[in-house]
Amino acid sequence: MNEKKLQELPEKVRKEIDEWISKFPEGKQRSAIIGSLHALQKANNGSLTTELMDTLADYLCLPKMYIYEMATFYSMFQTKAVGKHEISVCTNISCMLSGSDKIVQHIENRLNIKLGESTKDGKFFLKKEEECLAACTGAPMMMVNHQYIENLTIDKVDEVINQLERD
Amino acid sequence: MTDENAVCFSIIDQPESWKIQTYMSSGGYLTWKQILQGQPGNETRKKIIETIKQSGLRGRGGAGFPTGLKWSFMPEGDDQKYIICNSDESEPGTCHDREILKLNPHALIEGMAISGFAMNATVGYNYVRGEFIKECFPRIEAALIEAYAHGILGENILDSGVNFDLYNFLGAGAYICGEETGLIESLEGKQGKPRFKPPFPANFGLYGQPTTVNNTQTLASIPKIIEKGPKWYASMGSEKSPGTIIFSVSGHVNKPGNFELPLAIPFDVLLDKAGGVIDGKKLKAVIPGGSSTKVLKADVISECTMDYESLQDAGSALGTGAVVVIAEGTCMVNLLKRISQFYYTESCGQCSPCREGTGWMYKILERITQGQGTQNDLSLLLDVAGRIEGTTICAFGDASAWPVQSFLENFYEEFEYMVKNDGKSLAA
Repeated sequence: MNEKKLQELPEKVRKEIDEWISKFPEGKQRSAIIGSLHALQKANNGSLTTELMDTLADYLCLPKMYIYEMATFYSMFQTKAVGKHEISVCTNISCMLSGSDKIVQHIENRLNIKLGESTKDGKFFLKKEEECLAACTGAPMMMVNHQYIENLTIDKVDEVINQLERD
Repeated sequence: MTDENAVCFSIIDQPESWKIQTYMSSGGYLTWKQILQGQPGNETRKKIIETIKQSGLRGRGGAGFPTGLKWSFMPEGDDQKYIICNSDESEPGTCHDREILKLNPHALIEGMAISGFAMNATVGYNYVRGEFIKECFPRIEAALIEAYAHGILGENILDSGVNFDLYNFLGAGAYICGEETGLIESLEGKQGKPRFKPPFPANFGLYGQPTTVNNTQTLASIPKIIEKGPKWYASMGSEKSPGTIIFSVSGHVNKPGNFELPLAIPFDVLLDKAGGVIDGKKLKAVIPGGSSTKVLKADVISECTMDYESLQDAGSALGTGAVVVIAEGTCMVNLLKRISQFYYTESCGQCSPCREGTGWMYKILERITQGQGTQNDLSLLLDVAGRIEGTTICAFGDASAWPVQSFLENFYEEFEYMVKNDGKSLAA
């Protein structure tokens, strides 16, 4: 591993990346890209920069393209800056049948943004969620900073957003 | 029903069911320990695979392939082999692997250890979908640490000479990684684009080594099947669909939930379990096995038993056991548009028919719902679906075509009405 670049990453992130590397056979550190990107994104307020990806490429001794192609393929990685709190409302079939469109509309109106946008104050990011989030029996549901909140009502959504606004 | 929660859900009602103490006090890990203490060798391996074959267990990830048979495809010899658990649960409507990861993670760990041993795979990976990062992942990681601390995993386990190391892996949001070769690519640190088969993973899998990928529910069923015997397992369900399955019943029902029940129960019994159709409404249709399976009208599904054969005979499939209930008054055109949007955005893009065709289907449906559709669009939809079906590397292409075909076949009048009435829905 590249020692110089290694020093540029925060210790906590480095430790996490090293843990991922240790899960795979010698020379298979490419497998650690996803875990490493999760760690880097978390430490960088929810998004990745080209610089961070380049540092990871050096650290893992891999071509930069290997990192870029992962960051752009997987929907959990953001390559543009986003709001602090990530909200993803599931709108797939079970949630749609249970009224998820109204939930999305309410959040859009309340935060004055559309799906895929962040609020101007940088507090909220309303992610456009395409996948089913596998909580169909608790529909409608949303993920807030990856915590599952199920059986949503408009009141429940407001409560959650109120709480986050106070943070 | 006495056979409720018989296998994967057997301990989920106990407090802190996810802890190793709870699991062990219910007999957990005894099967694994007995294997290790019984001079484990190739004879034991053959016996385990034979037991799973006799139980009739079929893969619960959607395809229903016989598990014991799949295991027997692994070559003999001392090559590094891998067992992978597919916990990338993402088939729309499906949410029971999440329950296993959260509430009974040790059954999965024991199942992986046993299956790893049976196939002489000394390393296992559990591929958990990225969105489970805060909820399931810490739970299954903690369980793994407990198992290592109790000396049931690792090197020369309990002085048996058997080695088995297990790691949890985290995805990052891509439906296609639920396809087993897409999953392997992703685990190797690449985009989750499915591989052309053959070669199958049993010959060329993770890092080019022999690999078997099984679903979470399949692997979590293994300890109980061996503990209680294949006859016990096969005594539940039907002859061709033996055992239990977890149904995720969602949509327009009063009490949505995950129910572990014997296969081949009548649909009406399952619907009753979920409290019946919401607000006393009439049943309109059911998607019986996740969004990739064909929709069935109320009168057809009401005659079905919930097993592989009955649903296949009815023109659909059991899939993942994700039963999406649709009540009268639902616009099927809008529902199909949502399904098609999903396949359009989740196509990995490597096969042209799927990459282009899913976009066509979505865009046609979008213009129909916006009141700009024509009669010609309906035949165009079927034409495009037919050109995707069977022409792609993996089953995703078929999965995107089947909803379009079945919605049009069963609810053609709704599509036609919308086209003729500027986007107005017949149903709503």
